[in-house]
Amino acid sequence: MSRKYYLLRNREVPDIDQLAVYEAHDGYQALRQALSQGNPQDIVDVVKNSGLRGRGGAGFPTGVKWGFLPKDGRRRYLVVNSDEAEPGTFKDRELIEHNPHQLIEGMIIASYAIGAHEAYIYCRGEFLTGYEQLTRAVDEAYARGYLGENILDSGFELDIRVYRGAGAYICGEESALLESLEGRRGNPRLKPPFPAIAGLYGMPTIVNNVETIVNVPPLITFGAQWYRSMGTDKSPGLKVMSVSGRVKRPGNYEIPLATPLRTLIEDYAGGMLAGRTVKAVIPGGSSVPLLTAAQLDTPIDYEAMMAAGTMLGSGGCIVLDDSVCMVSAAHRLVKFYREESCGKCTPCREGTYWMTDVLGRIDAGDGEERDLEVLLDIADNMAGKCFCPLGDASLGFMVSAVTHFRAEFERHVHEHRCPMGAKLYDTINH
Amino acid sequence: MKAEWTTWAKEARERFPQANSALMPLLHRIQQAEAWLDEETLADVADLLELPVQYVQSVASFYSLFYQERVGRRVIHVCVGLSCALAGADALMHELEEKLGISAGQTTRDGAYSLREAECLAACDLAPVAQVNLRFHGRVSPGDGDRLLSEKVST
Ligand SMILES: Cc1cc2nc3c(=O)[nH]c(=O)nc-3n(C[C@H](O)[C@H](O)[C@H](O)COP(=O)(O)O)c2cc1C
Ligand code: SF4
Repeated sequence: MSRKYYLLRNREVPDIDQLAVYEAHDGYQALRQALSQGNPQDIVDVVKNSGLRGRGGAGFPTGVKWGFLPKDGRRRYLVVNSDEAEPGTFKDRELIEHNPHQLIEGMIIASYAIGAHEAYIYCRGEFLTGYEQLTRAVDEAYARGYLGENILDSGFELDIRVYRGAGAYICGEESALLESLEGRRGNPRLKPPFPAIAGLYGMPTIVNNVETIVNVPPLITFGAQWYRSMGTDKSPGLKVMSVSGRVKRPGNYEIPLATPLRTLIEDYAGGMLAGRTVKAVIPGGSSVPLLTAAQLDTPIDYEAMMAAGTMLGSGGCIVLDDSVCMVSAAHRLVKFYREESCGKCTPCREGTYWMTDVLGRIDAGDGEERDLEVLLDIADNMAGKCFCPLGDASLGFMVSAVTHFRAEFERHVHEHRCPMGAKLYDTINH
Repeated sequence: MKAEWTTWAKEARERFPQANSALMPLLHRIQQAEAWLDEETLADVADLLELPVQYVQSVASFYSLFYQERVGRRVIHVCVGLSCALAGADALMHELEEKLGISAGQTTRDGAYSLREAECLAACDLAPVAQVNLRFHGRVSPGDGDRLLSEKVST
């Protein structure tokens, strides 16, 4: 199966992370074009007209966000979010480890477009190799005149700094990220003001996801109309989907938006493991509600996913098969949010704790009749009441699992064991 | 305090001169050299950056990758995210606990290994995945524990 890739382009080329190899594959041509032909506003217009939406999870139109920057002459920053830690999502890791210059090229063009002279990459602490790759590639770009003063004789100046996080999912949330980048604990800030008005060091700041920025060079090369030739009117263009779970070929796949979920699973990811069938799919990272096997024809775009009761999110698609216990899965995911809750607000800090506790009890066969109601009651007390979206994110899968697979939860309680025979893990105490 | 820390602090401040942005880069650099950050080190960092020591402690304690207790020469992070769990991560963890004679979260008596749970490591295509000193190793299926424990590590 040969597919033309744009965002994952050259993924088969050895050493594409080296500047010379990247250049030999037309690397930095889009930058040359942008600096020589377009004025900054033209680039913002291309991005706006393309309909590109943020790939970090929220799907906000990128060109519109760039347009929010106040035109008051203050310094502004571009910050690239490479904190990727949403369970099931692993596209940004490939993009930075394998092809760091593509991101750097996109950052230079984006910075030129929005008038930023300093840009930062916030790299997840666990991505040591990714951090080293980015640092090395930035150095190469300086040495070759793509960064620093008077880039390619355009008069444009840009510095890029790579900053390492240190293990905290919440730092992917943009305001917590900025706190962390300023050397503080990663607690989210109250919004508004949004970063575009008051962001890094109090200055207007655009925070964009790695994949969002990686879209910029091909947009310059091929134009907004090309982008709009794929996907739908409101969800145009390309998306990298990370597929994992019980499929034959887990991996990153670049799709035109509106590709049916079934095609992604069956064609791109090679279908289910031998003898297994789909039970449920988490289409957009652990923070979104599940889709059932009956919903596999849902097109992968923002509106269709919303209509089906879930979200495209970050594009982390976890495929659960008929052998998977939904109680265990919910337990695992809610525990993740308990571990990663920053503790700033009570509903999230306490709610994720109690939900993990109750789910653990049901999972272990010690659940009581009223536990399902307790769970839903906690969820109800959290929904819409948390300081940042992490709290609500912890509910999506759990509530949808109880809704669609209620009988399975009830059987755990009634039979005092997992009806699927799923093996529970016990820590050995040494 | 080691002599080179003063230079490192200066470099971190040159690179990240605003707010307290020099703090995490400096903590990373010192931890890279010292393996972990004891209380005295955090106090030294506070001195070097002219920050209150309580502040430095509070920041360091927020982040799971700033180790505030002694860790082994090899820190093994086993991903326990959902995709890895579906691929057998729990059995792998179990196996490593048995081989090392410790529970997740502990360090072997000889200081050779620390074993830790990691939340989704963003490498689900390699599930089950683990890191040794933050370098990815995948797939590490149940039964591959010995291989993981003997992976070469760079210093
Ligand atoms: C709990 C939480 C975690 C997040 N993690 C990430 C992340 O790892 N990477 C990312 O790009 N966006 C993440 N986001 C979304 C960011 O807040 C922000 O919307 C995004 O970086 C904006 O970039 P975009 O418009 O290009 O998508 C997260 C949001 C929340 C609430
Ligand atoms: S919702 Fe959770 S992560 Fe967000 S501020 Fe509250 S405690 Fe912190």
